[in-house]
Parts: sequence; structure tokens; C-alpha cells
Amino acid sequence: MATKLNAVDVLIVGLGWTGGIIAKELASTKLKIVALERGGPRDTNPDFVDPQIHDELRYAARHDLMQNVRRETITFRNSESQTALPMRQLGSFLPGQGVGGAGVHWNGVTWRWLEWDHQARTRTVDKYGEKIIPSDMHLQDWPITYDDLEPYYDKFEKTCGTSGKAGNINGRKIDGGNIFEGSRKDEYPNPPMIAAQSMVMFDKAARNLGYHPFPNPSSNASRDYVNPDGVAFGQCHYCGFCERFGCEANAKASPHFTVIPLAVKNPNFELRTNSIVLKVNLDSTRKKAVSVTYLDACGREFEQPADLIILSAYALGNVNLLLHSGIGVPYDPATGKGVVGRNYAYQCGGGATAFFDKETILNRFMGAGALGTTMDDFNGDNYDFVSAGYIGGGGISCSNSGARPIQSHPTPRGTPRWGSEWKKAVVDNYDHATSVGNQGAVMAYRQNYLSLDPTYTDVFGRPLMRMTFDFQDNEVRQMNGQADICVKIAKEMGAIKVDRSIPPVPYSIVPYQSTHNTGGAVFGADPSTSVLNKYLQVWDVPNVFVTGACVFPQNAGKNPTGPVGALAYWAVDAIKNQYLKDPGPLVPS
Amino acid sequence: MSTRQKSQGDVGRRDFLKLFGAAGAAGAAASALPLGGSASADDLMAATAADTKHHHGIAATEPHAGGSGYEFFNVDESAFIEAAVDTLLPSDSTGPGAKELGVATYIDRQMAGGYGKGDRLYLEGPFGEGTPEQGYQLPMTPSELIRAGIADANAFVQKTHKSTFDGLSAKDRAEVLADLEGGKVELPTVPTATFFGLLLQLTIEGYFADPMYGGNKDRAAWKMIGFPGADAMYMDKIEPFRNRPYKAEPKGIQDLI
Repeated sequence: MATKLNAVDVLIVGLGWTGGIIAKELASTKLKIVALERGGPRDTNPDFVDPQIHDELRYAARHDLMQNVRRETITFRNSESQTALPMRQLGSFLPGQGVGGAGVHWNGVTWRWLEWDHQARTRTVDKYGEKIIPSDMHLQDWPITYDDLEPYYDKFEKTCGTSGKAGNINGRKIDGGNIFEGSRKDEYPNPPMIAAQSMVMFDKAARNLGYHPFPNPSSNASRDYVNPDGVAFGQCHYCGFCERFGCEANAKASPHFTVIPLAVKNPNFELRTNSIVLKVNLDSTRKKAVSVTYLDACGREFEQPADLIILSAYALGNVNLLLHSGIGVPYDPATGKGVVGRNYAYQCGGGATAFFDKETILNRFMGAGALGTTMDDFNGDNYDFVSAGYIGGGGISCSNSGARPIQSHPTPRGTPRWGSEWKKAVVDNYDHATSVGNQGAVMAYRQNYLSLDPTYTDVFGRPLMRMTFDFQDNEVRQMNGQADICVKIAKEMGAIKVDRSIPPVPYSIVPYQSTHNTGGAVFGADPSTSVLNKYLQVWDVPNVFVTGACVFPQNAGKNPTGPVGALAYWAVDAIKNQYLKDPGPLVPS
Repeated sequence: MSTRQKSQGDVGRRDFLKLFGAAGAAGAAASALPLGGSASADDLMAATAADTKHHHGIAATEPHAGGSGYEFFNVDESAFIEAAVDTLLPSDSTGPGAKELGVATYIDRQMAGGYGKGDRLYLEGPFGEGTPEQGYQLPMTPSELIRAGIADANAFVQKTHKSTFDGLSAKDRAEVLADLEGGKVELPTVPTATFFGLLLQLTIEGYFADPMYGGNKDRAAWKMIGFPGADAMYMDKIEPFRNRPYKAEPKGIQDLI
């Protein structure tokens, strides 16, 4: 029997980037706020200190900072004709757990998505006509434009101390930045990071081929920095232990040392860690949420009433909670009706490993998560969809995020996997190889979705969420097309051997690919194809808001954290300035 | 033929792993429990038949970093593991072998600890075989899998060679492992490819992990490839050392505390 607690004004479920931003921004309202975080508390000191954090086995291989699937996982199948089976260990993606969420172990690549990504359907139809869109593709516009979000992108970049080079300020294109980006009002808060040798080579090769490379927008601070909230960042050490690790220098922007401490300072805010929310409870009208049910570390059950509930868990976690709570109509691919779980999408790849002679010394171990050079010439709608044969391309990058040897010891195709020949190939290539890779958009499809599994349960007895997903022909054509471009660049870089590859098709849950799971609770202008209105407010239950990458109607050829952070600022602005003054639907349905 | 079918022919899973391993963008698969039956034709490598001597060397009680003796393996199992890691990564002119760097101890500690006991593994039933894309589906923890696999492999060698695995010549051991890798042997208890994949994964991990885990003794594997280890602060080095060799004595975490 749940212990019923005293009501609070605002309840935040999951304390990563978006929950942290909202908690911090609401501090000025004097409302009573409680945040429930399923994982434990974490801080730079003592949890991420040097040298202990430089432990590849513990953090990169054994996933110390990530969700433990022994307690909660998903089931997976490629198509409805299969029986879904549990993802018994982490592989393809790595959701975070604990204060700061995946914002602790991310790389720090902080994009503004391209204008096309915000209006993908309209712009595609305007340029190519309806016919180019496959019949099973759910290509949808965002309910807001890039220009609507521009001030919030700017705010998030300044919170994160993003280091980069603008390519378009007030419509003026700037060489050296991304000339394909939407118009910005301001430069990045910090200059670009120092380019590694591989990036210098990539930049030159891409320019030789007529492309437009630029330094990644990186929230690994290129210099000491104090953000507008007064939070101090250290300069990035280029230690090469970034993705999958916490940062010892507070150089990689993370909610645990930026927005969250500011939220915690508020005397009206309370953080409860090791508290797993099982469901949101609705009243008899099913139009209003009244409370959440959660368990504490000892398994004691509590009911926490609240007037306003923010679901700010990881993308998959939010969809899971909506399904368990009966908020919104679950999507049914047979009828095409329902919205929760609809438009689940992911990221795709394709690329080239470039092997160089021994005179080319890369020192790849000197790296940082977001250290890299990218070009968007084949991303968004910056290329011709018809001649390429695919909608939604990807960014093509040469990254220099480190060379930790358990997971990074490139050998040319055909090398044995073990024995003296393997050892020799590892030594010969360890510091003379890099890769040129595509981070491809994955569009949403009728047959790719999230639902509840009929068989398997989590440790709390709830059904697991079931993922039904595969790469479709459009994405396979994209991976192959983009891989060919990567090969061309790798050769231009002077590689003596180039191995081309794409991720497994059918999609496999096994090898790591990307922690960019998107969709399932998308925002839109039409309640029949979206869970949320443009302010991330649930159409059906207006006192629930949902944040994170689950709101994207389809994925882009870019990392999601930039728009995820910007949309959190956008939504909390609407909550503060509109919703709290007159609680109710902010957009008529 | 659809684009999808063609793409599968072009490129195998392993090539994808290599690409992203090189990018450092990923690579969890290298640490994942291997996938039963996932080996593609591209993966089937010829036996290396490396010219390695059969080292009758380190006894089970010889001191290793992290303490001596085996916590998990019995004497038959430790003999198998020592011989296996010595065959997978032999001592040769390129550099030290896995056995001399303590990789058997590393594997023993891993099997005795949380990872070996499945502390991050979902082990609820029902258990189905599934597709390769659905990943690991056995009801076994890594330590149960490795124990059963060793027993299976030893029984196979006993039948074919009238010997224990560790009693074979280096050449014969390499042949047995190549047969396991290539799926030429069907083990009775565990899927052969899954067992071999876990064995190889653990061997490479122990070789390159921080020495505090029991392998990579004296940071010798890092020295061999030129990885400076845990002592990593390069903000003033990344530019001056562009395309120039950076030589540093590698340091482990315990060297820096």
C-alpha cells in the first residue's frame, strides 16, 4: 500500500539535462518542486576525479554510469512478424542513470539542427512533391520553426559554454563555420577546440573535394569559461576519456554541475534520488494527472500528488511511463491510429576506416568527446534527394574522441581476430588509422514503434516496453551513399588502405551504434499524429509535459542534445509565462 | 535484389565494429557478450598457426598484480585459461603475450566478480533463441558460460587429441581455437561462437585494461602500442605533437595515486 505524501506544485521525473533546466528555471516561481531520480547522486568530486575516472574497463566496457538492464530493459524485434526478446545487456545504445542522466556521459556535441529538420515535410514537398515520400514514411513537421527556437538554442549553448565557429550570423555566411546552418543571432560562447592531426587532414581533403567542413560545436570548453548563470567551467584537458565517462575538469557541460546545483539551491526544491516512478495516476476523467507512484531505494511505495508533472526521463523512459500510465492513446500500426509509441526513430551510420603509412602520426589518444570536424554538404536538404536516392542525409565527420585500446584498436579488413598476426596489425595501425563516418538521419515509419511487451516484465513487475524497429530502404540507401562519400574523402586524406562499412542490416540491438533514440511521444500541430502540442504539453492531459528526444517526429543527421536542451528552455518559458498563469491547454486541440 | 540484401553482402557486422572502434565513437560491442551463431563467412579466419612455443610457465599460484591464486577457476579451468590466452595473444617479436601479462588472473577476477555473476544482465525468462539481431539470449551468466565452455572444450580435446587443451602443442592449440572460432566444432552445452567470443573478448580486455585489474602487467600492452594510459592531460600537447611522435612512459591509475 502506497504512503500518500503531501501534495507539491511541480513534480519532475528524471533529473538530467531537461529536468535540471526546468527545475532551475522554475526556482523563481516559489513553487514547491520535487524531483524524483531513479539513480543515485553523483558529483564531479569524488565520482569523476582524475586518475580514477580514466578507467576504460569500468566506464566504457562495463557501463558503470549507465542504466542497469538487470532491473529495467526493453524487448526488441525487427518486425511484427517476430517475437520480441529482451535486450539482456546494453549494446546498441546506452541510457544514463543517476543525477545528470546521460548528460554526464555524453560527448558534448551540441548542434542546432538544420532548418530542414524542423520543417522536413513541408520543405520536402515544396521542393520535390509528395511523391518522393515513401508511403510508409511518417514524415512530419515540427510545430515550431528553427527561427522560433533560435533564442533557446542560443541560451542552451551559453549554458553549456559551447565551443565552435558560427557559419551564418544574421544571414551572413562565414567561411570556416557551417554555411548550411540556420541564421544565428550570435557567435558561439567559446572559440573552436584545437584541431587534432586527423581533423586537419580531413578538413584539407574535404575542401579539396569542394565540401564545406567546420569544427564541431563542442560543449567541451576550449578555454576557462563562466556561463551566464555564474557556473565555472575548466578548460578541456583533451584526455580522451569523455564519452561514457564523467569529466574531471568540469569542461564537458553536464547538468550535474550546471543547472542542477542551481535548482538545488532553491529552498522550495527537493531532490529524491534512488526513486523510481512506476506510473502517473490520472483522475476519473482521464484528463488530469493527480500524482505519481514511486518506489524508494528500499522498495517502499509512495504516492506523490502534484499539480503539474514533467516527464523528463530518457526518451525511452518517458514513452514507457506514458504507456504504463495510460496517458495518450497507444499507437496501433494496423489501424494507424493512436500516438504513444508512434514515430520511434534512431540514427544510422556508414563510413570508412582510413589506414595511413607510419609517417602519419595521429596521437588519437589526445582527444575529447566532441572534438571533430564535420561537413553538412549531404545533410538535411543540402543535397539533391532525387539523385542521391534518399531523404534525410547525415553529417559526415572525422572525430578524435580518444583511442582507448580495449575498444579502439583498428586493423585492416582481413586481419585475423587474434594471434601474432593480429598483434602485429594492432601495433602497426594503432596510431595510424582514423575513420570518416556518417551520422545519418533515420525517418519515422508506420512499422517502427514502441509498445508494451505481452510477456516480459521488469524487476518491479511492470511489462517491459517493446521496440519494433528496422532500417528501411531509404536509410539503407543513405548509409551506402554516405559511406561512398566517406571513402572518397578518406582516399583524399592520403589513406593507403580504406575499409568501407555500414552498420548491420537488419538493424541489430547488439553492437553499439548511437544513444540517439528519438520519437514515441512526438510534438506536433495535429493531435491525431502527435502526443504533445508545440509547448511539449500532452494534448490529452494538459497538466503533464514531456521533454527530451522522444518529442522529435523523426531523427536528424545530428546529435540530439542541442534541440533537447533548447526545447526544455522553450517549454519552461511557456510553463512560466502562460501555463502557471492559467493552467489548461496552451493550444486548443 | 533489394538494396538491403545487397548491403548485407557488402559488409559484415565485424567490419562495422572495426570502423566504429577506430572512430572511438563507439565500440560497446567489443565488450558485449558475444552473439551466438553470429559469425559470418568473413569472420572465419584461418588459424594463425603462429610459431609460438608452448610455455610451461606461470603456475596457478604465481603472484600477479592484484594478488595471487585463483578465486574462481579450479585447476583444470585455470590451466585451460592460461593456455588459451597464451594462444590467443602469444608472446612474440611484436610484444608480450597475454599469459605473461596476467590475463588469466584478470579473467579469473572478472568471473569471480559482479560482471561474471551477471550484475548487469537481464536474466528473466522465458528464454528463446531469437535472431542474431536480438542478441544474447542464454540463461547463463558470463561465469557460468565460461565454466561450461571450458568443460566442453576440454572434453572435445580429450576426445580428439587424447590430451587436455593445455597439454597440446602451441600449433595444435591454435588449431583447436581456430576450429572453435570457425564453428567447425559444435560444443554440447554452450554455443561455440558465444563461448569463443567471450573468451576472446575477456582476453583482449585483460590485455589492455588498467593493470589494477590483474592483466597488462607493467603496462606492457600499452607500451607495445604507444598508449600513455591514465596519465592523460594533453591540452598543451595536441597541437605541438600534430604528426609528431609523443613518447611517454604509460601510467596506470595506481601509479598516479
